[in-house]
Amino acid sequence: MYRYDEFDHDFVQARVAQFRDQVERRVGGELTEDQFKPLRLQNGVYLQLHAYMLRIAVPYGTLNGQQMRRLAHVARRYDRGYGHFTTRQNLQFNWPKLSDIPDILSELAEVEMHAIQTSGNCIRNVTADHFAGAAADEVDDPRPYAEILRQWSSLHPEFLFLPRKFKVAVTGADRDRAAIQVHDIGLQLKRDAAGRIGFAVYVGGGQGRTPMVAKKIRDFLPEEDLLSYCEAILRVYNLSGRRDNKYKARIKILVHETGAEEITRRVEEEWERIKDGVLRLPAEEVERIRAYFALPADLAPRAADPSLAAARAADPDFDAFVARNTHPHRVPGHVSVTVSLKAIGGTPGDATADQMDAVAAIAERFGHDEIRVSHEQNLILPHVAETDLRAVYDGLVAAELATANAGFITDIIACPGLDYCALANARSIPVAQRISQRFGDIARQREIGDLKIKISGCINACGHHHVGHIGILGVEKKGEEFYQISLGGSGDENAAIGEIIGRGFSTEEIVDAVETLVDTYLAHRSRPEESFLDTYRRLGQAPFKEALYGAA
Amino acid sequence: MSQKIITANNLGDGLVVFLDASGGWTTEIAESRIIGTGELDEALAYAKAQHDAQIVVEPYEIDVELHPDAGIPVPLRLRERIRAAKGPTVAYGEAELAERAALPTAASASR
Repeated sequence: MYRYDEFDHDFVQARVAQFRDQVERRVGGELTEDQFKPLRLQNGVYLQLHAYMLRIAVPYGTLNGQQMRRLAHVARRYDRGYGHFTTRQNLQFNWPKLSDIPDILSELAEVEMHAIQTSGNCIRNVTADHFAGAAADEVDDPRPYAEILRQWSSLHPEFLFLPRKFKVAVTGADRDRAAIQVHDIGLQLKRDAAGRIGFAVYVGGGQGRTPMVAKKIRDFLPEEDLLSYCEAILRVYNLSGRRDNKYKARIKILVHETGAEEITRRVEEEWERIKDGVLRLPAEEVERIRAYFALPADLAPRAADPSLAAARAADPDFDAFVARNTHPHRVPGHVSVTVSLKAIGGTPGDATADQMDAVAAIAERFGHDEIRVSHEQNLILPHVAETDLRAVYDGLVAAELATANAGFITDIIACPGLDYCALANARSIPVAQRISQRFGDIARQREIGDLKIKISGCINACGHHHVGHIGILGVEKKGEEFYQISLGGSGDENAAIGEIIGRGFSTEEIVDAVETLVDTYLAHRSRPEESFLDTYRRLGQAPFKEALYGAA
Repeated sequence: MSQKIITANNLGDGLVVFLDASGGWTTEIAESRIIGTGELDEALAYAKAQHDAQIVVEPYEIDVELHPDAGIPVPLRLRERIRAAKGPTVAYGEAELAERAALPTAASASR
C-alpha cells in the first residue's frame, strides 16, 4: 500500500500542529464557534447530538494492521471503546473530547492517517472498490488512480471552497462495487482496443434530497489525462455551481439544470485548454505509485486445497461463511474475505477496539497485512489463501465477526440516525437491528438471496436508501418517527434510484412491512434464482403495493 | 401544558448540558431550570452570553413536560429525549456485544 514520503509526513504533521493551536485558542476562549466551526470541519470534527465526532479518512478504504491497531488504541484511550465504519469507507469516533483531538490526530499521523478533507465543501476522501487489487474480474487496480487523485485534491487551492462537498469514486471492474454512478465524479477503469488504460467518466450522480444517477460524459479518457480532465470538471463546477442555495449546490443540480450535453461541452472546452499542461500524468510517476499497490510478493498461485471441501462438508456454519463471505481472487488458491460488521441485532458498521485488534492480528498473520473498509460498512481481508480460510474463520468467530451474511437481507447499511446525528429526523439503527433479528435465521436469508436494505435517518441519505433494493427513509411526522419505503434502487453498474411505494410506516409497522415485501417477492419470483431486484424490475410496484396497502 | 428549559453542548467535551437555577450548566436534565412565564428572553440572553463567553455551544430552548410523579422535565421531541438520555437508545461498544450474547440464537430468532 501507499507509504508517505517526506512531503506527506511534513504536510500531515504541520496540519496537526496548526489544528492543535486552533483547538487551544478555541478552548482558551480566543476563537468563537463561528470562527472555529469551519476550521474544525476541515479537520473532520463535527458536533453531534451527544458529543463531538471525529471522522478519520481511510483513503480508498485501504489500511494495514498497524493502522487498525492504532484506531483500536484511540477508541480505548480517547473514546468509548468502539468506532463506526461508514459508507464513505471512513471511521467515526462518537465521543472524543475537543481538547483530546489534537493528540488523537498526532497519534494517527504516526501511522500515516489523518482526518483532512473528511468534511467541508472540498474534494472528500476518494473511495474505491473494496476488492480493488484482488478481484478476479478486475481490469486493473483502481487504487493507484485514487491515490493520484488524493494527492492532487489534498489542499488543492482552487477547490477548497467549492459550492458544496465533492465525492469521487473509482472502480476497476465492469461490476461496479463502488457505486460510482451516485458520486459527483465516477471513474470506471477500462482498456481500449489497443490495451491502453483509461476511464469512462461519469458526472453528476448523488443521493441526498435530490437523488440523481450520473451521466456518462466520456467513454474513454486516457490515463495520462486523468487529472487534467478532473480539474476541468471541478473548474466548470466551481465557476458555475450554485452558491445561493445549499440544497441546489451539488454538481448533480448543475448537470441537471444545464444539461449533460452542455456540461460536457464546457468540460471538454476547458480540458482542451489545459490538457497538455502540468497536469498530464507522467508514465513513470504512474508506475511509481502503482508499485506501492503491487500484489504482495509472496502471494503466489496455490493449488486448490482439497481439505477445504472436507472442512466445509463437516461444518455447516463454516460452509455458509465460505459460500457467502468470500469473493474470487485474481490469484488462484486465494479469496477475499468479507468480515461482516452486521452481526444479527447489532449496529451496522460498529466495531469494538478488541474486534479491531482481532482483525489486525488476522490480517497480519493470514492476510498479507491488508484490510479494507467497504462502503457497505464491512471490513475486507483482500488476500487470504484458501488453505488459511479455516484459521481466519476461527479467529473471526472468536471475535464475533463471522456472521455469514454478506449481501443478504441482514447485511444492512444504516446511518447513525437520530441516535447520534444532529441532522437526523428519525432513528436508523434500531430499525436495522429489528429487521436483522426478524430475518436472523440463516436458512431464511439463503432462501431470500441477494437483497440490499439501506436505511437513512434523514433526507441527506448517508444510509444510501435511494439505492437500496429496499430503501427506508426515516422522517418525523407530528413528533413521531415514520419510515418511508422505496423499492428498486441500485448502486451497481445498473444504477437506479428507488421509487417511493406509498405512505410511510410507524416504528411498530416498519419491520412487518419489510417482511410483507419479502414474502411478496418470494411468492412472485419466477424461479429461486430471480433476485428481489430482478423480480421488482419485471413486475413493477403493483404486487408490492397491493400487499402493503391492499387493492386500490 | 409544556414548559421550557435551555440546552446546549459543553464547549470542551461536547456533552449535552442544561441551564440550571444557579446559572451554571448541568448534564442532568432533572437539575435544569424551568423557565418561568415571561423569563424566556432573559434566560436565552444569558445563555447566548455563555455561548459568547466560550462556555457552551449554540444554546436553544426546548419544550418539556414535567413528569407527573417525579416532577422531572421530559422533552416533548424524541431528539431532545435522546439528548437528555446522554447517549443513543441502543447499546454500543462492549455493552452491545453483551446484549447480543443474551439474544435468542439466530435459528430461534426466525419466526
